[in-house]
Formats: sequence, structure tokens, C-alpha cells
Amino acid sequence: MTSILFFEQLLNGIQFGTMLFLMSAGLTLIFGVMGLINLAHGSFYMIGAFSAALIASLTGSFWLALLASLSGAAIAGVLIEIFIIRRLYRRDHLDQVLATFALILLLSEGVRWCFGAFPLYLDIPENLNGTLPILDDIIYSKYRLFIIFMGLLIAAGLYILITKTRLGVRIRAGQNDRQMISALGIDISKLYTIVFALGASLAGLAGAMIGAIQSVEVGMGEPILILAFVVIVIGGIGSIKGALIGSILVGVTDTIGRIFLPEFLKVFMEPASATSVGSSIGSMLIYILMALILIIKPSGLFGKT
Amino acid sequence: MIIEKVFNKWILLFLFTIPVFGFVFEEPYYITLTTKVVILGIAGIGLNLALGYCGLISFGHAAFFGLGGYVTGILSFHAFNSELMFSWPFVSSGSSDMLVIWPIVILSSAFLALIIGLLSLRTTGVYFIMITLAFAQMLYFFAISWPNYGGEDGLSIYMRNSLPIVNTMDPLTFYFICLFWLLVVIFISAKLINSSFGMAFQAIKQNEERVKSVGIETFKVKLLVFIISGTITGLAGSLYTDLNRFISPSVLNWQMSGEIMIFVILGGIARLYGPIVGAAFFIVLEQTLGGYTENWQFWLGLILILEILYVRTGILSLFEKKFKYEK
Repeated sequence: MTSILFFEQLLNGIQFGTMLFLMSAGLTLIFGVMGLINLAHGSFYMIGAFSAALIASLTGSFWLALLASLSGAAIAGVLIEIFIIRRLYRRDHLDQVLATFALILLLSEGVRWCFGAFPLYLDIPENLNGTLPILDDIIYSKYRLFIIFMGLLIAAGLYILITKTRLGVRIRAGQNDRQMISALGIDISKLYTIVFALGASLAGLAGAMIGAIQSVEVGMGEPILILAFVVIVIGGIGSIKGALIGSILVGVTDTIGRIFLPEFLKVFMEPASATSVGSSIGSMLIYILMALILIIKPSGLFGKT
Repeated sequence: MIIEKVFNKWILLFLFTIPVFGFVFEEPYYITLTTKVVILGIAGIGLNLALGYCGLISFGHAAFFGLGGYVTGILSFHAFNSELMFSWPFVSSGSSDMLVIWPIVILSSAFLALIIGLLSLRTTGVYFIMITLAFAQMLYFFAISWPNYGGEDGLSIYMRNSLPIVNTMDPLTFYFICLFWLLVVIFISAKLINSSFGMAFQAIKQNEERVKSVGIETFKVKLLVFIISGTITGLAGSLYTDLNRFISPSVLNWQMSGEIMIFVILGGIARLYGPIVGAAFFIVLEQTLGGYTENWQFWLGLILILEILYVRTGILSLFEKKFKYEK
């Protein structure tokens, strides 16, 4: 019984981790290439979810909705990059934090203005509804498996993009030496816009896919944004590999911890207090993990010192 | 152009007179608003020491604000219900006396700042911003999932905590208690900034390597500034709980950290009175815009972005004495 539960929760953790990866990959790329700390990244998650909900209610197609989440967040990303973010690259981190914090207020209220305060819902398509038997007696939600599959697909796609294509070469060059690649005649501001839009669209896709399990509402992006920060601090800022490993680590630790810590504590304590202490500590577990990793390696697992 | 020092005197004059007017014209609401400005101003002054003067961009000062608030709330919750808080290592059933609560708040905020500081000051730059944020979120989630003190719903205290002789339930009296603390905090900050220790932490903001090279242990200096800064913000949290007679996890939320930061930036970074002006501007904006539209935060965001992109130096810089050799 417990081993089945454990396996199920492990899959839940991995599913959560892959979505965290979509968020943190964009965040870490944007920081690595442009040196920008972007608090408003969670807003693209929200914009993606709302674009998807809008298109789904108009057309009824989940796949068009996913496409809409990608393009909606990318368009928002391009506009915001051109009008606001572009002016922040040369500023210090404090200005970036504040300006992107202000952007969150602006975008959240803007979306609330357009869509109202009530949460929207996005339906899972027919053929992904229901469960799938994996091993003998383990069944698992098809849609969650689909999320894991999409996450891994995108991770592979990003890997190919970064290592095998011309754009990837430019991105890596940008991470190493910004001045040099602009001296080599590459249109750096266009590159920045592309990277920013790429990050935004990944966040938007994550928002739409999670929006189908939970609800689509204003402020949905901020909790996951902060987890994405924890991920990239653990993985090392600027490293996509770190983001992938950090995401899975955080996703699994968080999910398993919340479920099993109360159970584990029941061995030593009376059940009522074990539940309350366990759930409190379970929700803090990833931050404790982060603190531990920082004590051992202040620049994260794969960060450059 | 009025120079900043004269303007600062005007700020103090306003702080002394506005609530008295509110009292005379029987508009207690204005007293409450000004009290809020003073308390948030104290929180901002705390952050300003670390962020403005020492360059430690803490995005997690809500942790101290919330801790101060929760310590106050929990102590008085136990005193009111005459429930034992703990029986080891000594027996305690809380307290509703501010003279007892304040030292406990100060000690516990300082201790929290010591722990967070020890861990996060190992890092710099973006890492520091994100780690302080993450620690504050950790406390936030802890407060939400800890059921004993209200969890997500928060904790109400029925009577404002008391002081000997005076009646703290009277709005004007409580206002002057807060103003007293504001003056104390301004005094301490001014002394600190002009001390040799202050010179050291302001130099760290400019160039840490050079400060190291003259033989100053910068880690210790930064840690001490961080502790003082967190303690002041924690004290503000305690007063805030007493003002509202309510504490909930929302004061631990990252938006609170952002707002405290906004007070500092709007008023003018590394200016002693800046956070008060910033907090006052924020409250006035909230009250006026909030009267016209529900989406006042949209306009707040817009104003902030314009401020950061184009003005950059805060409200108080408008009153700065300009020298000829400055541009």
C-alpha cells in the first residue's frame, strides 16, 4: 500500500518538477544572458493560463488553447521587453527587482480588469481524461503523465536549441561575454528580445498546463515564481542543467515531504501533533534543502563561482 | 529650493500636528492612518539601514515584520486566554504588557536576523535577494500551515496590549507611543550612520574589497547591520499588530517585503526620513486612488515603473540642496 502511494507521489513530484523546470529555465536563461532578475516571470505564467482559458472557451479546443498560451505569453513578453525591460539591463539589481515588482502589480491588476476576479476553468481534453495502468497495480492520471512527457520533450528541445543551433551558440556566447558578441556584429537587442520571449512562452505554457488541473486566476504565478527562484538558487543561476535537476529535486522533495513527513513523525509523536508539526515542516522542507545546499556550495550545484 | 534638512523638520511637524487635528475635529480615522504611516515608516527605516546604507538588498524583511507581529500576537493571545504558552524551561503564560513584549520582540527579531544573516550573507547579488525572499516565504508557509495560532485565518487579539499609567486603547495615545519609537529609531539610525561603524557599512556599499583591504571584517559589519535592520523592522511589526489588534500570515507574504522596499525607494534611498515620506505617499495613494477605483494597484505599478525608469532618486531628492558641480 505505502509503496504504491510512494510511487504515485513520486510521479506527482516529478510532474510538479517538470512544470517548475519550464518556469525556472526561462528565468535562469534571462538571468544568464541579460543579467536581469525578473520577478514578473510569474505574470507570464498567468498570462499564458488566461490566454489558454480564453481560446478554450471560444474554440473548445485544448490544443489551440496550449498554442494560445505559448503565443499569448510570447507576445506579452516581446511588448514588455521592448517598452520596459530593455531599459533595465544596465541598471543594478535593485532597480530590476523594483521595476519587475511594479510590473507584477500592473499585470495582475490589468488581467483582473479584463477577466474579473473569479477564477476560470480549463478543461482537460477527452482523450487525456482518466487514468492509465503503469505497472501491475499502479494506475496514474493520463493528463499528469502528459505533463511529464511535455516537460521532458521541452527539456530535450531546449538542450538541442542551446547546443546545436546558431541561436543557441549566440545565447551561450551572450552568457559568456555580452560585449564581445555585439562587437562581432550580432544584433544583441534582437537576441535579448528573442530570449525574453522564449522564457515568457515557456512560463505561459506551464501556466496553461497547470491551469487545467488547478484553476486559472490572478496571482496564480507568484507562488510558483518563488519556487522557481528556490530552484535556480539550488541549481546555480544561469545553468539550465542546474534548473532541470533543481526542479525535479524541489518538486519531489516538496510533494513527498508534505505527504510522508506527518506519517514519519507519527512514529515518535501522538498523531494529532504529528500531523500539524509534519505539515508545517513539510511546507518548509525545500527552503531547508536550499539552506543546506548553500552552506555547502554558496553558488548552487552547477553555478559558476 | 528648500533643502532636505528643513524639509525633514516639516515632516516631524506634520507628524506631530496631523493626528492632533484629527483629534480636535473628531476624525479618528486620520489618526489611524497617520499611525500606520509612522509604523510602516519605522519598518522602512529598518530596511533602509541594510538596503540603502549598506547595499544589502533584502527582499525578505517581511520575515522580521511578521515575526514581530506574531510574537506580539501570540504573547497577548496566551495572556488573554490565560493559557500556558510553554512549561519548559520556565513556565510562561504570555503577556499583554508592552514593556514585556517589546524586549521579547527585539530579542527574537535580532535572533532571526542573526540566523538568516549568517546563512544569506554568505552570498551576494541576486543570490542574496532570492535567499532572503525564500526565507521570508518559508516563515509565511509555516504560519499558514501551523494551526495553533489561526493558520491562514490569522489571530485576533481582543484588547490592545497595555502600558502602565496610559490608556493604549485611546488612538491618540497609541499614536504617540508609535511616534516615540519612530523618534528613537531615527535617533539611533542617525547616530549609527555617523559613527565609525556607520562609515564602515556605507563604505561596504561602495566597494567591499577596499574595505576589506584596510583590515575591516566586512562579514561581521554586514551581519551587525542586518541584525539591527531586522530588529527595527520587527519592532514595527509588533506595533502593527497592536494597531490592528490582528495578525495574519499576509504580513509575512513577499508582497509585504516588496512594499517595505517601495517605501524606501519612493522616499529616496539612503535618506534618513525617506521611508516616512515613502510610506506616507503610499498610504495617501492607497486612500485616494482606492476611493476611485478597485484597481488602484495598477496605477501604483505604473507610477513605480515611471519612477524607476525616469526619476530614480525618490521624492526627497526634489528637496535636496543642489551644488553647482553636480549635474
